[in-house]
Amino acid sequence: MSTQTTFVTPATRLQAYSSTADLAISPPSGRDASTRARSAVASKDLRSEPGPIRFIIIALAISFLTIFVVLPLLVVFASAFSKGITAYFAALAEPEALSAIRLTLLVAAISVGLNLVFGVIAAWAIAKFEFPGKTFLITLIDLPFSVSPVISGLVFVLLFGAQGYWGTWLQAHNVQILFAVPGIALATIFVTFPFVARSLIPLMQEQGTQEEEAAISLGASGLQTFFRVTLPNIKWGLLYGVLLCNARAMGEFGAVSVVSGHIRGETNTMPLLVEILYNEYQFVASFAIASLLAMLALITLVVKTVLEQRLDEGQTPRDELRDEP
Amino acid sequence: MIRRILPLVVGLLWASSAFAADVTLLNVSYDPTRELYADFNKAFVAAYQKETGKSVEIKQSHGGSGSQARSVIDGLQADVVTLALAYDIDAIAAKGLVAPEWQKRLTLNSSPYTSTIVFLVRKGNPKAIKDWDDLIKPGVQVITPNPKTSGGARWNYLAAWGFAEKKFGSADKAKKFVGDLFKNVPVLDTGARGSTVTFVERGVGDVLLAWENEAFLAQREFGKDKFEIVAPPLSILAEPPVSVVDKVADKKGTRAVAEAYLKYWYTKEGQEIAARNSYRPRDSEIAKEYEKSFAKVELFTIDDVFGGWTKAQKEHFGEGGIFDQIYKN
Repeated sequence: MSTQTTFVTPATRLQAYSSTADLAISPPSGRDASTRARSAVASKDLRSEPGPIRFIIIALAISFLTIFVVLPLLVVFASAFSKGITAYFAALAEPEALSAIRLTLLVAAISVGLNLVFGVIAAWAIAKFEFPGKTFLITLIDLPFSVSPVISGLVFVLLFGAQGYWGTWLQAHNVQILFAVPGIALATIFVTFPFVARSLIPLMQEQGTQEEEAAISLGASGLQTFFRVTLPNIKWGLLYGVLLCNARAMGEFGAVSVVSGHIRGETNTMPLLVEILYNEYQFVASFAIASLLAMLALITLVVKTVLEQRLDEGQTPRDELRDEP
Repeated sequence: MIRRILPLVVGLLWASSAFAADVTLLNVSYDPTRELYADFNKAFVAAYQKETGKSVEIKQSHGGSGSQARSVIDGLQADVVTLALAYDIDAIAAKGLVAPEWQKRLTLNSSPYTSTIVFLVRKGNPKAIKDWDDLIKPGVQVITPNPKTSGGARWNYLAAWGFAEKKFGSADKAKKFVGDLFKNVPVLDTGARGSTVTFVERGVGDVLLAWENEAFLAQREFGKDKFEIVAPPLSILAEPPVSVVDKVADKKGTRAVAEAYLKYWYTKEGQEIAARNSYRPRDSEIAKEYEKSFAKVELFTIDDVFGGWTKAQKEHFGEGGIFDQIYKN
């Protein structure tokens, strides 16, 4: 994510065909040169460190990862299957579990869908136009990253709660937002908003507006330009953003916990149900749900790696155009 | 492949939500009643169906009593609330959602079952804890949740206070006693169940101050060979009250079912369910039947010692109240 969120400086913006992942380190020249420079830097770093130190650093990194990432993951699966595979699937077939899975999928679909649209629009506005307050807009997009999820949830309680700003109106019109799907979706949209926009902005800034300008001067309409030129150019970055957005949407706990109301079989998402079942001494069921979330994380990881490779290969706009029928 | 499986999975997931009852009630309750209401709801649904021919579905929400009350105030559409203490329903009533005289609407302070505060200790009671004054001995670690957020914790605190005031004869000495007790508390969880998990699963502490029903449940879940229940000779009579949330029930048109639901607590079946789940029943016959399940404890009420919940809440747990003073030191 770190290189993805790095903003493009005017110098690097000139190299329209290099990939985003290179931006942080690449000199303002062609792609081959940047790759060579990077590998040169890397191998020099390695050569300059004596063997034992290199070994210690690698060992430290691996043992740290083992203790803090691999072991907990293994524990989740071990606990989930501790009473056998039948108990595992029985736990997942419980109405409450199914309802939580259903709700999680629904909320993820809503928030990913909306953030996809909003994210593209926001990234488009920031990357392709100059307007006053642009820096402020960029900061705003980042806001959900820096706000604690609990606060994000409480904000919606203050807005939509019965004692909140719009509470009286909502109650009078029988609109239930808090403690129902809309509230959960709102909170999730809020915390996952930056992902799509953030993965697109550097990419779109780097690509500049020349191709769109060319398309329009050749007579393409605005929509045609978007679907034929812009979208193919950004599709891998977009997928990458959607993937991260989805992972966070399904895994969000804090913000959702505040607005959920914890109605069993109705407003509990998977992460919430994991905690509830754990507190009810139903460890197998709890870890069975947790294992689903862990699997989601693993799948996300694999797809993310593939996407990063795609981005790294520097899908040049010309290739993309050739793919078009 | 995926295209063929995906609709199947989605279909399966959605199909299971098809069941719909004539009436749906939402019961917003506190933390340790999950098992109790799972039992009670099943019995009520069957009884109601038999009597009226209507199917009813009861949805549950559980959490710390104070935060559950907060959610109802913020608009959680609860038809009934069944919380840990009267003050939390008073808070809802203060916002006009429940009639002010709610506690008079059902007999016995609208508390169909009661409980008390007991000690859960590790097998063999290695620290020899028998009574409240054993809790302030040096080297004894006491686990209790935070009285600011947890209803059970407030009962714990008041039980200790009531004991000390009776034994030492003054409020000042009681304050010192409770202060000493909280010096022995290494961690304050936000809810009763959180504290139970801390004590039982993480193995922290020598004694857990717990709802009697919570202590029995922990013993049932983890075995009598691991934990023992110690009932102090004197403790508090905890009365968890229930009420219809008038504004919500009237809006949804569920008042009749909601009232029937709460009244079912006062039937023999309801009382039996309470007793089975280690809540002390009000009905004298059922109480007699389950006499052996509950230790003989002398119980004082919050009205006797503290002059009611409103006063106790303000003096002890309000901003800058006695608990704040004690815990700062």
